[in-house]
Amino acid sequence: MKGGWFKVYAIGYLLFLYAPIILLPMFAFNDATVIAFPLSGFSTRWFSAMLEEPTLRIAVKNSLFIAVTSSVLATTLGIFAARASTRYRFPMKTGLMGLIMLPLVLPEIIVAVSLLVVLLGLGINLSLWTVILGHVLICTPFCIAILSSAFQSLDQSLEEAAYDLGESAASTFRLIILPLVMPGIISSLLISFTISLDEFIIAFFLAGTEPTLPVYIFSQFRFPAAVPVIMALGTVLVCLSILLLTIAEYFRRRGIAKSGGKDTGGFL
Amino acid sequence: MIAFQDVHKYYGEYHALRGITATIRAGEFFSLLGPSGCGKTTLLRTIAGFEGISSGAVMIDGRNMAGVPANQRPTNMVFQSYAIFPHLSVGENVGFGLRKARLPKAELAAKVAEALDMVGLDGYGDRAAHALSGGQRQRVALARALILKPKVLLLDEPLSALDKKMREQMQVELIRLQRQVGITFILVTHDQEEALVMSDRIAVMFEGEIAQLADPETLYRRPNSRKVANFIGTMNFLPAKILSETGGKIEIEAQGFGQLTLEAEQAPGAASGDGAAVGFRPETLTILFEGQTATDRESMATIEEVVYYGDMTYYDVRLDGTEKPIRISMRNVFGRPVLEIGERTRVTWSSGALVMFR
Repeated sequence: MKGGWFKVYAIGYLLFLYAPIILLPMFAFNDATVIAFPLSGFSTRWFSAMLEEPTLRIAVKNSLFIAVTSSVLATTLGIFAARASTRYRFPMKTGLMGLIMLPLVLPEIIVAVSLLVVLLGLGINLSLWTVILGHVLICTPFCIAILSSAFQSLDQSLEEAAYDLGESAASTFRLIILPLVMPGIISSLLISFTISLDEFIIAFFLAGTEPTLPVYIFSQFRFPAAVPVIMALGTVLVCLSILLLTIAEYFRRRGIAKSGGKDTGGFL
Repeated sequence: MIAFQDVHKYYGEYHALRGITATIRAGEFFSLLGPSGCGKTTLLRTIAGFEGISSGAVMIDGRNMAGVPANQRPTNMVFQSYAIFPHLSVGENVGFGLRKARLPKAELAAKVAEALDMVGLDGYGDRAAHALSGGQRQRVALARALILKPKVLLLDEPLSALDKKMREQMQVELIRLQRQVGITFILVTHDQEEALVMSDRIAVMFEGEIAQLADPETLYRRPNSRKVANFIGTMNFLPAKILSETGGKIEIEAQGFGQLTLEAEQAPGAASGDGAAVGFRPETLTILFEGQTATDRESMATIEEVVYYGDMTYYDVRLDGTEKPIRISMRNVFGRPVLEIGERTRVTWSSGALVMFR
């Protein structure tokens, strides 16, 4: 049978990828403390328990704050770097860009440990801001990679045309460049938000006493009784991810349609 | 209007503009013509203010443009890629330059409509800019630049992205538009035909220098160097030598033509070091058919190659007493035979059509 093994491979691959995620809502709505088949009835009590967990609320709040702040900061830095690398020529450009992109391949644990050592050495107290610092560091290369391609595809004469028609460099940036690279900016915000939100190692090392969501989830797994709540939390997170991705894709497609570009693939 | 005073431009070691001195008159259609890399676009961009210059001066209306940024110069540009803002509508594109003026809505709309009308796009204001064809983009770019009523409109190879038919149509429209608005147009092109068709005057550029600046007819009839002659149309060359030069007359001896007297204006160029030669366009020589008599002078020749084009036939003929063939173009006339290779023929010519290259 031609292609038969490919089919088996593809189905097996998808099962391995998504079956565990399907298990999440199954056990989240299961009326039992033990994570095991057979299921023993429908219940939403784990969701109520989740909402009543004060530490979880703090963890979610912390994580959202960190993720939003990191993604905005990393994207802002990314815009500057991407703009510089695509428009200007300066000495040692290749080397500098390489150094900026290095955290992409640097082991996170190394980044986390060295940051911790430096921060403690400087006498800075660990807080959410130290986590943000670490997250901006690891997110920025991703932002630069995404934004560089957005800036690269921008025709330079568009800028010159706006400038030629009397706009200043700043208003040209606002009126022409920003709207045209907006899809890139949104992807960059999204990717860095996602990276920051589920980042564990740096958050674990640098957060001090403040819990973030991944750290909280990790810590709760020590208590078997808390596992169904984590399942409920996981279910909510999966739904939110899908929603977020859909929104991002909608904006990306609209952006492409608006500027008349060719759709060269995206997330969905 | 625009004056270049010994303009030099270096990109690092590379000497892109090598002492450009020229004046462009108000209201003329001026072309910068040359092969790619000759510096014509760089020169245009020094007028717009997108390129600085290394030394010399660019003057617009008597004012030195040094230190005046592009957004404050009385020039507007039509870009090679048109640079239509893809996220704005046609109307918003055209009205973009008037944003700063903060006009009342109705007045802005009227001006945009007028500009669109001028380029033949009335009623297109609400369309999305990215949905336009190449020719329409070109018109939007024109309207967008002209709405500001600049003193100078700069056109950077504006027709190169269009197909042949569209290009020829836009050439005519650009000439009409230029006459209508009376603004100085400066066109950059590598297409000699386009330059000849459209321009009042043309500066032919090679390697960062202006080789010749003249009106199209002078450029075609009296090119001042072999390089210019070869770049614009086809030019035949035959070796020649100058016998004497006195009082506006030049006595020469040319291969295939014999001894001739030329006017001084027929030798406009300086010595090139390549040896002297006479040049002439393919259409300035005429093959004499049975029963026709010479209009001026006559030479005997042998047909070596025949290229039939329908309306024209190109003959490569060798004049008696010369080594290499020359090209003659003849309009085909009904009832007249096309000559064949190897035939002997008479050729008539006039010494006034010759150009002497020293």
